[in-house]
Order: sequence, then C-alpha cells, then structure tokens
Amino acid sequence: MKRPRVLVAKPGLDGHDRGAKIVARALRDAGFEVIFTGIRQRVEAIVATALQEDVAVVGLSILSGAHVGLTTRVIEGLHKAGADDIAVVVGGTIPAADVPRLRAAGAAAVYPTGTPLEDILVGVRKLAMETPCASA
Amino acid sequence: MNDFAPPNDFAQTSSGLPLQPVYGPRDRQGAAEPPDPGRFPFTRGNYPAGYRGRLWTIRQYSGFGTAEESNRRYRYLLGQGGTGLSVALDLPTQCGYDSDDPEVSEEVGRVGVAIDTLADVEVLFDGIPLDRISTSFTINGTAAILLAFYVAAAERQKIPRNKLTGTIQNDILKEYASRGTWIWPPEPSLRLIADTIEFCAEQVPKFNAISVAGAHFRDAGASAVQEMAFTLADGVTYCDTVLARGRMTIEQFAPQVSFFFYTHGDFFEEIAKYRAGRRRWATIVKERYHATSDKAAMFRFGCVSGGASLYAPQARNNVIRVAYEAMASVLGGVQSMFTAAWDEPFALPSEESATLALRTQQILAYETGVARVADPLGGSYFVEALTDATEAGIAEIMADLDAHGGMVRAIEDGYLQGLIADEAYRAHRDIEDGTRPVVGVNRFTTDEPPPDIQAYELDPDGREGQLKRLARIKAERDSAAVRTALAELARAAEGTANLMDPLIDCARAYCTVGEMVTALKAVWGEFRQPAVF
Repeated sequence: MKRPRVLVAKPGLDGHDRGAKIVARALRDAGFEVIFTGIRQRVEAIVATALQEDVAVVGLSILSGAHVGLTTRVIEGLHKAGADDIAVVVGGTIPAADVPRLRAAGAAAVYPTGTPLEDILVGVRKLAMETPCASA
Repeated sequence: MNDFAPPNDFAQTSSGLPLQPVYGPRDRQGAAEPPDPGRFPFTRGNYPAGYRGRLWTIRQYSGFGTAEESNRRYRYLLGQGGTGLSVALDLPTQCGYDSDDPEVSEEVGRVGVAIDTLADVEVLFDGIPLDRISTSFTINGTAAILLAFYVAAAERQKIPRNKLTGTIQNDILKEYASRGTWIWPPEPSLRLIADTIEFCAEQVPKFNAISVAGAHFRDAGASAVQEMAFTLADGVTYCDTVLARGRMTIEQFAPQVSFFFYTHGDFFEEIAKYRAGRRRWATIVKERYHATSDKAAMFRFGCVSGGASLYAPQARNNVIRVAYEAMASVLGGVQSMFTAAWDEPFALPSEESATLALRTQQILAYETGVARVADPLGGSYFVEALTDATEAGIAEIMADLDAHGGMVRAIEDGYLQGLIADEAYRAHRDIEDGTRPVVGVNRFTTDEPPPDIQAYELDPDGREGQLKRLARIKAERDSAAVRTALAELARAAEGTANLMDPLIDCARAYCTVGEMVTALKAVWGEFRQPAVF
C-alpha cells in the first residue's frame, strides 16, 4: 500500500516553524510521506502543492493569530479546485474560542499548542485512511 | 510521574555536556587561571568593577499599535524620564510588503507598527526630538530601509546625523535559519548590511548598525552551546564581509557589534555559556583579525530571560523560572536584559505580569546582592571547568560549520536548519517522554486546565487609517521623483556603491518599503528557502 502523503504548510508571514517541523518529523517517523512547504507560503501556492503532490491531508501551522482567515482561504481554494476530499487540519496558537470557528470553516481537526504528538498522529492517520486519494 | 526520584539527566547539561558528581582542582589541571575581570580575554567580564560602575540596562516590553498610538506612548515614556524607545514593526514591514498588498492584509499592524513610507515615520516621531532619544528597531530584512527613513526623518527635524543614537538589529543570517524575515539571497543581503555598517561608522557614529542575535536560534530549538556557536559564526561572517571590502579596520568595526541571546533554565550551563562566549569571541577577534586593542575584542551582550523555556501549564511557575534565568544572566555578566512575563506563552502580557517581570530584575539588582562583586563565581572549580567545556563545544561546532563551507553555505543548503530541527525534535521528545523533567508539564502535574491562548486582537480602525495614509501619500507624491529614485536604487544595486544614499533619496521621495524591496528583488532575486525538517 502506498504511504499516506501529508503536506505540512505555513501560510502567512510568521516565521515560527519549530512546531511545524517537529510535527512534520513525527509524521515522517510514523510512516507518512511528508512534504513541508517552508514558511511564508501564499495560500494559492499551498493549494497548488496539495493538488500536485496528491496529499490526503494538509496540516497548517499558524502562530500569527491570523488562523481563521488563512485556514478559510486554504479550504476555499481546495474546494474551488474540486479537492474537497483533502482534509485540512490546523495547529498553532489557537484560542479555545476559535476551535469551533475553524471547525465551522471546514477544518477536520484543530491542534492547539501543547497537543501531544501522539494525538496528532492518531488524528491524521484516521483522516488519511478516510481520504479516497490516500489509497488510490 | 509525580514521584520524587531524582531526574535521570543529572549526568549532563541540557546541551549534553557531561557532568561529574563533584569538581576539584584536578579538573582544571594545566588550564590557566582566567585573568581578572576587565582583562583580555574577558572570561570574567568586561569591566574591572563588574556592575559597580554601571548596572545592566533593564529593558521591558514595548507594545504594539499604529504610528499615532505609538507616538502617544513614546511621548508618555519620555515625559516619565525615559530616554530609550523600542520600536516593534509589523510583519509586512519586516518582510518588505506594503500595507495595501492583499496577500498580507491579515497581518497589517498585528505585531507592531506598520511603516510604508517616510510619512509613517514622521508621524511616529512627531514632536520627539531625535537627538535626545535612543531608538532601537527590531528590524532585519528591511533594516537599511528603516535606517534610511530614520535619517530622512531627522533631516526633516533639522537634526544632524551625528546626533542620532540607536540600534537596528540588522542580522539577516539568523533570519534564514530561524526567525524568517528574509527577502533577498544571503550574498546581496550581506552587502547591504556592510553598507549600513560603513554608513553608520562614517556618518551616524553613535548608531549601532548591528546586533548579532542567537536568541532566535534558541527559540527555534538550538541548544545553549549551539546558540552561542551559531551566533559567533554569524559574527565572524559579518566581520569577514566588512573587512573583505577593505574600507574599514577591525578596530573601527568590532566595537559596533553587540550580541543578543535567550537565557533558559539550566543555571550553570547558561552562566558558562556567557563566560565561554566572551572568551571565544575575544580570542577570535585577536587571532583571526589581529585586533590590536582590547576594546575591539570585547563581547557585549543583551538577553531575554524566558522565551521557549516558559510553559503554559501551571503558568505561574514561570515567575520562578524567569527569576532563576535572570540571576544566571547576571552571574554571566549581561549588559542589558528583558525579563519575560509569566503569561507570555499564551497571552500578550498584562500590565500586572509585565510589572512583576520588571520587579524580578529590580529585586535581583537591588536586594540579592549578586551585582556587588564582579564575576562572583570566578575560580569555582565547577564553573571554570564547565566554561572550558562549553568553549570547547562552541569551537567544535564552529569548526564543523567551517568545514561545511561556512555559514552562508550552511544556510543555503539547509545544513544549519537541519541541526536546529534535530535538536528541537530531541528536546520535544525528551519532554513528552519525561526524560527532560519540566515541573507542571511532565512532573507534578495537576488537573488544573492550562490557560486559554489569547489571540492578538487586530484593530481594524488602525489598519484603515494606515491604508488611507498610504493611498493619500501615493496620490500626493511626485511620481516622476519616485520613478527616478527607484531606478537610481536599482542601478546602484547592480554596482558596488554604498546603497544608503540611494535609499535615503527613495525615502525623501516617499517611495514605499515594498517599492524599494521590489526594485532590489529585480536585481538580486529572492531567497529560496530549503524546506528542511
């Protein structure tokens, strides 16, 4: 079976990539094929990479406070491209009050700072299994 | 794991330096006793009387807002007898985008002031005589542009350049590997930094053109020893760049260079880090650059106590962490310090928590007595042995970077980023599996829910005001003058002339930050980030 592919992406201008890199490496160690965009990626570029790399899950890492707007734009971009089957999860400095807002915007899961790596691995694995293109 | 067994990391420091149960005279056999404080190589500090001549500078939080709000706060601070201003810029300004760029609309004014043109700087310093204050800008990628704005704003106030005092961080190398506000590739960025250094030395002699920062490496995950080694390697790269141009001597340049770090919780390791860093830098300046004066070899540094060493669970424990870290910084001989507030991991510090952080330093300075005697730990068997081991570790990492082809190469191919990511991952796993004890996180935990994260709130009126001013300036400025100034900047960038004069001409013509950055991108291209993890 093909290894599930995950895109770890940092939209916006904040340069705090410590968390994104730790999660990317933990996913790789857990058997995922991980593509990391690096920091300061435009939303359009993230969407394009997700399609091009045929990923099952996009993980966004946002520590600038702009998580609701940026996540909404990524999900809209995937939707417009007909890629609703790609799950989007979000991590970073996210207040509890914003978790329902992100879920309402279409985020499949939200992992605020302090979430144990194991929880992220379990959650992403489940999403990857549910996504048709992961086993295509 | 709420047991009282000793932590299982007693045999090494958090950077992995091995530790014995006890130290004695035999552990420094053959090593020379470090000379008195104030004597080369400054292991024991820069000044013979330690802090008796002058305490360290106590710096605190600077806050956010629009140019108008910041101007009001500056006037208040100056009215209270303050003499130094600290300016935080928003991310679009730091990364070279204008406030009206749709890509960055969510970030305008979010973590600092938005600066698009000289008009914003005029508002920022309205009614503030620039010859009577010292201004510190946390700015890197666009540091030369902000310096041009500051010089042009002083011109409008009819203040001569040699009366201006302040600092720009202007340390691009660490941006590529950690903080992230890079724009152009390393080579032209280094040229621009050398331009600012030469310009300041000639025309703005009381302005510090660079502060080499290790703090961001640390925040990204580097260990204490790596932090110091990477920072000194950056310092060497800047010195090499400036000296290779042949327009300045090490004696003129080195006194302009200062350093900036994070102090975390491993008490003796941090003290040893600063003592070892001071000695290593002094040795490099003498041996590599053949400096003749001791002054050129002096390592001056500021620090933040807190940062990634603070945790959200049982957040009030951070008060204690910051206090120990601040004490380690002082025992290490710090020149200026910022103490983080205990709520920093999840909120903008409240006035109460920021005041408590300030009081932490004041109690340290005025009650504990640790500042009374220079380098009070000098001669301790353990501290001297750990200083030696730390210096050896720093030298080893610097030699490895050299062998790799130097700092620029290590940044371009992601080698440096990989080293930091390795260490960050290791530390994270060690905390998750309990190998590295953290009280309230993996030891002595309670059911107390962690505090909620408070997001930075954007002021939509502030952004609207900024966009209006930018639109007005664009409509009112002389567009022919703008085109000429930008063309001149691009032409100068193709050659080797100092770019500060063309940048100041652009500032005077009310060119925007984004326009200047774009003009230079056309000549230099953009940095391509290796996505290493």
